[in-house]
Amino acid sequence: MDTSITLTVDGERHGLTVDTRTTLLDALRERLGNTSPKKGCDHGQCGSCTVLVDGRRQLTCLALAVSYDGAELTTAAGLAPDGPHPMQQAFLRHDAYQCGYCTPGQVCSAVGMLDEAARGQPSHVTEDLAAPTSVEDLTDAEIRERMSGNLCRCGAYVGILDAVREVAGA
Amino acid sequence: MTELHPEPLTARVMGTPVDRVDGIEKVTGLASYAAEQRVPTTTGPLWCWLATSTVARGRVVGVDRTAALAHPGVAAVVDHENAPRLAETSNGELAILQDDRVHFRGQIVALVLAETPEAAREGARLLRIEQDEEPFDAELREDNATYRPEKVNPAKETDTEQGDVDAAIAASDIVVEQTYRTAYEHNNPLEPHATTAWWSEEDGRETLTMYDASQGVHGVVAALAPMLGLEKDQVRVMAPYVGGGFGSKGEAHAHVMAAALAARTTAGRPVRVVMTRQQMFALAGYRTATISHFRLAAGRDGRLTAIEHRAQEQTARVKEFAEQTASPTRMMYAATNRRTSHRLAVLDVAVPSWMRAPGEMPGMFAHEVAMDELAETCGLDPIELRRRNEPLSDPETDLPFDTRRLLECFDRGAARFGWDARPPEPRATRDGEWWVGTGVAAATYPAMRMPGNVARVETLENGCVAVSIGAVDIGTGARTVLTQIAADALGVGPDDIDLRIADTALPMATVAGGSSGTSSWGSAIVAAAQELKAAHGDVLTPGLRAEASAVRGDEAEQFSFHSFGAVFAEVRVHRDTGELRVPRLLGVYNVGRVINPTTARSQFLGGLVMGLSAALFEESVRDPRFGHVVTQDLATYHVASHADVLGVEAEWLEDETPLFTPMGSRGIGEIGIVGTSAAIVNAAHHATGVRVRQIPMTADMFCS
Repeated sequence: MDTSITLTVDGERHGLTVDTRTTLLDALRERLGNTSPKKGCDHGQCGSCTVLVDGRRQLTCLALAVSYDGAELTTAAGLAPDGPHPMQQAFLRHDAYQCGYCTPGQVCSAVGMLDEAARGQPSHVTEDLAAPTSVEDLTDAEIRERMSGNLCRCGAYVGILDAVREVAGA
Repeated sequence: MTELHPEPLTARVMGTPVDRVDGIEKVTGLASYAAEQRVPTTTGPLWCWLATSTVARGRVVGVDRTAALAHPGVAAVVDHENAPRLAETSNGELAILQDDRVHFRGQIVALVLAETPEAAREGARLLRIEQDEEPFDAELREDNATYRPEKVNPAKETDTEQGDVDAAIAASDIVVEQTYRTAYEHNNPLEPHATTAWWSEEDGRETLTMYDASQGVHGVVAALAPMLGLEKDQVRVMAPYVGGGFGSKGEAHAHVMAAALAARTTAGRPVRVVMTRQQMFALAGYRTATISHFRLAAGRDGRLTAIEHRAQEQTARVKEFAEQTASPTRMMYAATNRRTSHRLAVLDVAVPSWMRAPGEMPGMFAHEVAMDELAETCGLDPIELRRRNEPLSDPETDLPFDTRRLLECFDRGAARFGWDARPPEPRATRDGEWWVGTGVAAATYPAMRMPGNVARVETLENGCVAVSIGAVDIGTGARTVLTQIAADALGVGPDDIDLRIADTALPMATVAGGSSGTSSWGSAIVAAAQELKAAHGDVLTPGLRAEASAVRGDEAEQFSFHSFGAVFAEVRVHRDTGELRVPRLLGVYNVGRVINPTTARSQFLGGLVMGLSAALFEESVRDPRFGHVVTQDLATYHVASHADVLGVEAEWLEDETPLFTPMGSRGIGEIGIVGTSAAIVNAAHHATGVRVRQIPMTADMFCS
């Protein structure tokens, strides 16, 4: 069964018809030709498909496209209109990737994660749930915990931590 | 094309931290991988879903296509009854859909072609594939791993024997006799294996073109062309970006043939195959589990008199792969008497293959834990034990090593790690609820340089030099490093190099595997550059061209070429729960010249992380009742995540080895995983006094 929906992706509005079985990830990759979000597992276990949906990080392989009619999506390809986003620049500086397949998801996840921290959201390793969190105060343990939904099989975790820490100003 | 023995290069751009030349494409996601490639036809590709067997051994007795073909969007079903016939079928892994035989659970038994991935997947679900099951064996045990292969990977002796091991052991003061086990492991690159394929007619000849997630495009052509009854120049394979491989994309697997066969039925319309993560556990290769029986005999001073390593592993009945687990044992330490052997269980299971440092990774895990046990038995510091067993020449060949600075790696690592402050006794340090220990292990990996690579250099009108070779960058940094090598070989800046790789339309390149890529491809590039300069002088005017292959002299008959390293680990074990943490991991390596310190560091760190992951998490659990891996996704097959990776550091000795390559480099891709698991297991023993002899090492082993 097909349904018509509208998605705004990286600032551009698209009307498209999708199978109701189509995931948001497949809508982006196969219908709109935006292959910045990657398919690593299709089960929400690797994080490669992470994009920002209305500013929040979202695993697009676990989202059905029809549920996101009207949503605004930002992929790693559209994070910054002119040149790379500061997070992407930090990834480049710290060689925070090798094969590049998990990288767009890592970048989107890192940007979304810092926003969550700025809004005071705690993580599993936050000691004091009552204390306000701030981006600058994020410890390495906090960054690692909050980024653990994004696997990197090349093992670039050290560089990713350095990059995220630098952007956080922590 | 000329063959020449290239002169050593002077490093100008080599050795500097040039930024990855493909960085922007990767951080934005604009880099296009095999499943993302545009196709030349107006209609997009047909999606091909792999339908796989659900019995471990038997026959397909019927495929009911009715419901699948009735599903909207499904275009065709290809199975063994209607699949195009192959001209050659000796490669049992690739010869799919040619008969009704099922060789393992998860084997491709039908293909569903459809307009969308959703329809293709649903079509595969609707197929009714009736299978007759036959008795099978899918369990590796000590009592069934008795088959002696003719050779072990890649072409090494199965067994070796020097001196009289049994007599030496009988006469020895100290004997360590233990068995060590490593688990089945799956490579799990983040990019699932994928192929986009189409057939066309070029100059009146049938041509197959493929984008494939491959570590070696020319190898894919060599494997497929004869099977399809084609000349090699009728198949073109490209792999512009590859999302990791770690060996699993080193050779074509069955899905590549599935794409080629399916596309042959579509009148030129491209076909796209993408494995699911679950299918990768049966179709993309894996590391066999290993059982290593060790006997070390030594004097009270710790000097080894005999080393015996009997390895037991498994292979697949449909295609043999014999991992060279005991190979590093043959060259690592001095001992007059030595015996190594490999025996396999031949099982009705998926085909094992290369996974990062096949042989060295499981073999050195066993050897280096055994050495730690020997050090403990002798009351020696583990580094001192290795110092006392450092050979003067390669124990296997008696050739001198061109460089073997293992002890310097240990010394440098010990200083950086604070090894001197280590209490010699285990279970000596507790920090709150955590037992704390440190451990060490040696690493080694052979330096390999493959023959047959060819590079082409051409000066362009825009002042750049086009450098072409069919090499593949699977994330290693090859694109960047080859640019640096070409710049130094031609005497120009890296921005003046227009590097063209990853396409069989370019000159021949061997696989990105065995840590041989940079050595093999780089030497060819240097040869072509030197040929160009020999013919035309140093002034590079447009329109010049040279093509060359690098040959070696008799260096390999004069020297033994290996890389070495020392790995240090700190492990904390929770006193009550057995939870394991690795706060510090350090590798110090001796690998010849490091061509790019940035990408090399990432390679070493990545290897160390994968070794940590193997030590603590990775295990493909095969259910012998059904023959398949039940932990077939990333929720149940654990790989190290951000939260698992704490302080990991790598450094290397300033070195160059011009005898091996004109760049002075050896390979670096695999050595980082070697020894790492042993260092961690040894550190856990130092922390707790509990000796673990298998990986993954898990919390339950510390709770008694």
